[in-house]
Amino acid sequence: MLLHTVNKSPFERVALQTCLRLSQAGCGILLLEDGVYAALQGTQTEAQIKDALNDKKVYALLPDLQARGFTADKVIAGVQLIDYNGFVDLVIEYQATQAWL
Amino acid sequence: MMDDENSGGKIKKFLYLNRKAPYGSIYALESLEVVLIGAAFDQDVSLAFVDDGVYQLVKGQSTDGIGMKNFSPTYRALEMYDVEKLYVDQASLEARGLTEADLLVPVEVLDSAQMAALMAEQEVVFSF
Repeated sequence: MLLHTVNKSPFERVALQTCLRLSQAGCGILLLEDGVYAALQGTQTEAQIKDALNDKKVYALLPDLQARGFTADKVIAGVQLIDYNGFVDLVIEYQATQAWL
Repeated sequence: MMDDENSGGKIKKFLYLNRKAPYGSIYALESLEVVLIGAAFDQDVSLAFVDDGVYQLVKGQSTDGIGMKNFSPTYRALEMYDVEKLYVDQASLEARGLTEADLLVPVEVLDSAQMAALMAEQEVVFSF
Protein backbone atom coordinates (compact mmCIF):
# COMPACT_ATOMS: atom_id res chain seq x y z
CA MET A 1 0.00 0.00 0.00
CA LEU A 2 1.10 3.54 -0.74
CA LEU A 3 1.47 6.48 1.56
CA HIS A 4 0.14 9.57 -0.22
CA THR A 5 1.32 12.97 0.99
CA VAL A 6 -0.52 16.17 0.13
CA ASN A 7 1.17 19.50 0.88
CA LYS A 8 -1.04 21.92 -1.02
CA SER A 9 -4.20 23.69 0.12
CA PRO A 10 -7.32 21.98 -1.28
CA PHE A 11 -8.65 25.43 -2.14
CA GLU A 12 -5.71 26.33 -4.34
CA ARG A 13 -4.77 23.13 -6.17
CA VAL A 14 -6.36 19.89 -7.31
CA ALA A 15 -3.71 17.80 -5.53
CA LEU A 16 -6.02 16.50 -2.79
CA GLN A 17 -8.86 15.88 -5.21
CA THR A 18 -6.70 13.80 -7.56
CA CYS A 19 -5.06 12.03 -4.64
CA LEU A 20 -8.46 10.93 -3.35
CA ARG A 21 -9.52 9.78 -6.82
CA LEU A 22 -6.32 7.80 -7.49
CA SER A 23 -5.75 6.18 -4.10
CA GLN A 24 -6.92 2.77 -3.03
CA ALA A 25 -8.72 1.44 0.04
CA GLY A 26 -6.23 0.67 2.79
CA CYS A 27 -3.72 3.33 1.80
CA GLY A 28 -2.55 6.21 3.98
CA ILE A 29 -3.00 9.89 3.23
CA LEU A 30 -0.81 12.34 5.12
CA LEU A 31 -1.75 16.02 5.05
CA LEU A 32 1.18 18.37 5.67
CA GLU A 33 2.25 21.97 5.11
CA ASP A 34 -0.69 23.78 3.39
CA GLY A 35 -2.33 20.38 2.95
CA VAL A 36 -3.37 20.45 6.62
CA TYR A 37 -6.17 22.88 5.81
CA ALA A 38 -8.02 19.86 4.42
CA ALA A 39 -7.98 18.28 7.90
CA LEU A 40 -10.13 21.02 9.41
CA GLN A 41 -13.82 20.89 10.25
CA GLY A 42 -16.36 23.06 8.48
CA THR A 43 -14.64 23.43 5.12
CA GLN A 44 -15.83 22.74 1.58
CA THR A 45 -13.68 19.62 1.47
CA GLU A 46 -14.70 18.14 4.83
CA ALA A 47 -17.12 15.68 3.23
CA GLN A 48 -14.39 14.34 0.95
CA ILE A 49 -12.09 13.65 3.90
CA LYS A 50 -14.90 12.01 5.86
CA ASP A 51 -15.62 9.84 2.84
CA ALA A 52 -11.95 8.87 2.57
CA LEU A 53 -11.94 7.88 6.24
CA ASN A 54 -14.38 5.06 5.44
CA ASP A 55 -11.65 2.94 3.89
CA LYS A 56 -8.38 4.88 4.17
CA LYS A 57 -6.24 6.23 6.97
CA VAL A 58 -5.87 9.98 7.06
CA TYR A 59 -3.11 11.69 9.02
CA ALA A 60 -2.20 15.34 9.55
CA LEU A 61 1.08 16.78 10.74
CA LEU A 62 0.39 18.59 14.01
CA PRO A 63 3.32 21.06 13.89
CA ASP A 64 2.03 22.32 10.53
CA LEU A 65 -1.49 22.77 11.94
CA GLN A 66 -0.17 24.60 14.99
CA ALA A 67 2.02 26.82 12.84
CA ARG A 68 -1.14 27.91 11.02
CA GLY A 69 -3.03 28.67 14.22
CA PHE A 70 -5.14 25.54 14.58
CA THR A 71 -5.44 23.03 17.39
CA ALA A 72 -6.47 19.38 17.58
CA ASP A 73 -10.09 20.21 18.48
CA LYS A 74 -10.58 21.84 15.07
CA VAL A 75 -9.64 18.66 13.22
CA ILE A 76 -12.14 16.26 11.60
CA ALA A 77 -12.81 13.25 13.86
CA GLY A 78 -10.89 10.23 12.64
CA VAL A 79 -7.94 12.17 11.24
CA GLN A 80 -4.88 11.05 13.19
CA LEU A 81 -2.46 13.76 14.25
CA ILE A 82 1.21 12.91 14.10
CA ASP A 83 4.56 14.57 14.78
CA TYR A 84 7.78 14.33 12.76
CA ASN A 85 8.72 10.97 14.26
CA GLY A 86 5.30 9.69 13.30
CA PHE A 87 5.94 10.92 9.76
CA VAL A 88 9.12 8.82 9.63
CA ASP A 89 7.24 5.79 10.96
CA LEU A 90 4.61 6.15 8.22
CA VAL A 91 7.20 6.34 5.46
CA ILE A 92 8.71 3.10 6.77
CA GLU A 93 5.34 1.41 7.28
CA TYR A 94 4.07 1.86 3.73
CA GLN A 95 5.69 0.22 0.68
CA ALA A 96 6.28 3.49 -1.19
CA THR A 97 5.33 7.15 -0.99
CA GLN A 98 3.62 9.31 -3.60
CA ALA A 99 3.96 13.05 -2.99
CA TRP A 100 1.15 15.10 -4.54
CA LEU A 101 3.28 18.21 -4.98
CA MET B 1 22.68 -1.42 -0.27
CA MET B 2 23.39 0.90 -3.18
CA ASP B 3 25.84 -1.59 -4.66
CA ASP B 4 23.31 -4.35 -4.42
CA GLU B 5 20.59 -2.32 -6.09
CA ASN B 6 22.77 -1.00 -8.87
CA SER B 7 24.59 -4.17 -9.77
CA GLY B 8 21.65 -5.53 -11.71
CA GLY B 9 20.54 -8.04 -9.10
CA LYS B 10 17.07 -6.84 -8.33
CA ILE B 11 14.73 -5.09 -10.74
CA LYS B 12 12.30 -2.75 -9.05
CA LYS B 13 9.11 -1.19 -10.31
CA PHE B 14 9.67 2.55 -10.76
CA LEU B 15 6.90 5.01 -11.50
CA TYR B 16 7.44 8.60 -12.58
CA LEU B 17 4.21 10.49 -11.95
CA ASN B 18 4.02 13.73 -13.95
CA ARG B 19 1.41 16.30 -12.92
CA LYS B 20 2.68 19.67 -14.18
CA ALA B 21 2.31 21.46 -17.51
CA PRO B 22 5.55 21.72 -19.53
CA TYR B 23 6.86 25.33 -19.59
CA GLY B 24 5.41 27.16 -16.59
CA SER B 25 7.71 25.39 -14.17
CA ILE B 26 10.80 23.19 -14.34
CA TYR B 27 9.05 20.00 -13.15
CA ALA B 28 8.36 18.43 -16.56
CA LEU B 29 11.87 18.92 -17.90
CA GLU B 30 13.45 17.72 -14.66
CA SER B 31 11.30 14.60 -14.71
CA LEU B 32 12.39 13.82 -18.25
CA GLU B 33 16.05 14.27 -17.30
CA VAL B 34 15.72 11.95 -14.33
CA VAL B 35 13.92 9.37 -16.46
CA LEU B 36 16.73 9.44 -19.01
CA ILE B 37 19.41 9.11 -16.33
CA GLY B 38 17.44 6.36 -14.60
CA ALA B 39 17.04 4.46 -17.87
CA ALA B 40 20.66 3.35 -17.54
CA PHE B 41 19.83 1.35 -14.42
CA ASP B 42 17.65 -1.31 -16.05
CA GLN B 43 14.63 -0.90 -13.79
CA ASP B 44 11.01 -1.65 -14.66
CA VAL B 45 10.02 1.92 -15.52
CA SER B 46 6.55 3.38 -16.06
CA LEU B 47 5.61 6.99 -16.75
CA ALA B 48 2.20 8.29 -15.81
CA PHE B 49 0.66 11.61 -16.82
CA VAL B 50 -2.04 13.03 -14.56
CA ASP B 51 -3.66 16.49 -14.06
CA ASP B 52 -1.80 19.18 -16.06
CA GLY B 53 0.92 16.58 -16.72
CA VAL B 54 -1.09 15.46 -19.75
CA TYR B 55 -0.18 18.79 -21.41
CA GLN B 56 3.43 17.55 -21.61
CA LEU B 57 2.43 15.13 -24.38
CA VAL B 58 0.39 17.47 -26.58
CA LYS B 59 1.43 17.46 -30.26
CA GLY B 60 2.69 20.56 -32.02
CA GLN B 61 4.60 22.31 -29.23
CA SER B 62 6.61 25.20 -30.65
CA THR B 63 8.72 27.19 -28.21
CA ASP B 64 10.57 29.56 -30.54
CA GLY B 65 8.50 32.46 -29.30
CA ILE B 66 9.29 31.95 -25.62
CA GLY B 67 13.00 31.28 -25.89
CA MET B 68 12.81 27.92 -24.13
CA LYS B 69 13.93 24.50 -25.27
CA ASN B 70 11.17 22.41 -26.83
CA PHE B 71 11.80 19.11 -25.09
CA SER B 72 8.65 17.40 -26.32
CA PRO B 73 10.46 15.40 -29.08
CA THR B 74 12.32 13.62 -26.29
CA TYR B 75 9.16 11.72 -25.34
CA ARG B 76 9.32 10.08 -28.77
CA ALA B 77 12.90 9.00 -28.05
CA LEU B 78 12.10 7.26 -24.77
CA GLU B 79 11.49 4.02 -26.62
CA MET B 80 15.18 3.89 -27.55
CA TYR B 81 16.01 3.88 -23.85
CA ASP B 82 13.61 0.99 -23.27
CA VAL B 83 11.15 3.31 -21.53
CA GLU B 84 8.02 2.06 -23.25
CA LYS B 85 5.27 2.14 -20.66
CA LEU B 86 3.46 5.47 -20.84
CA TYR B 87 0.10 5.83 -19.13
CA VAL B 88 -2.33 8.74 -19.29
CA ASP B 89 -5.17 9.46 -16.90
CA GLN B 90 -8.45 9.51 -18.81
CA ALA B 91 -10.24 11.96 -16.50
CA SER B 92 -7.38 14.45 -16.75
CA LEU B 93 -7.48 14.25 -20.57
CA GLU B 94 -11.23 14.70 -20.68
CA ALA B 95 -11.24 17.60 -18.25
CA ARG B 96 -8.93 19.43 -20.67
CA GLY B 97 -10.89 18.62 -23.82
CA LEU B 98 -8.14 16.33 -25.13
CA THR B 99 -8.12 12.86 -26.63
CA GLU B 100 -5.40 10.30 -27.33
CA ALA B 101 -5.23 11.69 -30.90
CA ASP B 102 -3.88 14.98 -29.52
CA LEU B 103 -0.82 13.28 -28.03
CA LEU B 104 2.58 12.97 -29.67
CA VAL B 105 3.36 9.40 -28.55
CA PRO B 106 1.38 6.19 -28.21
CA VAL B 107 0.09 5.82 -24.66
CA GLU B 108 -2.25 3.62 -22.69
CA VAL B 109 -5.22 5.57 -21.35
CA LEU B 110 -6.32 4.39 -17.90
CA ASP B 111 -9.47 5.08 -15.91
CA SER B 112 -9.20 6.09 -12.25
CA ALA B 113 -9.30 2.56 -10.86
CA GLN B 114 -6.67 1.35 -13.31
CA MET B 115 -4.39 4.29 -12.56
CA ALA B 116 -4.80 3.76 -8.82
CA ALA B 117 -3.90 0.09 -9.27
CA LEU B 118 -0.83 0.96 -11.36
CA MET B 119 0.37 3.32 -8.64
CA ALA B 120 -0.30 0.86 -5.84
CA GLU B 121 1.91 -1.83 -7.37
CA GLN B 122 5.05 0.35 -7.49
CA GLU B 123 8.09 -0.03 -5.29
CA VAL B 124 9.48 3.44 -5.99
CA VAL B 125 7.45 6.51 -6.97
CA PHE B 126 9.01 9.74 -8.24
CA SER B 127 6.66 12.72 -7.99
CA PHE B 128 6.95 15.61 -10.43
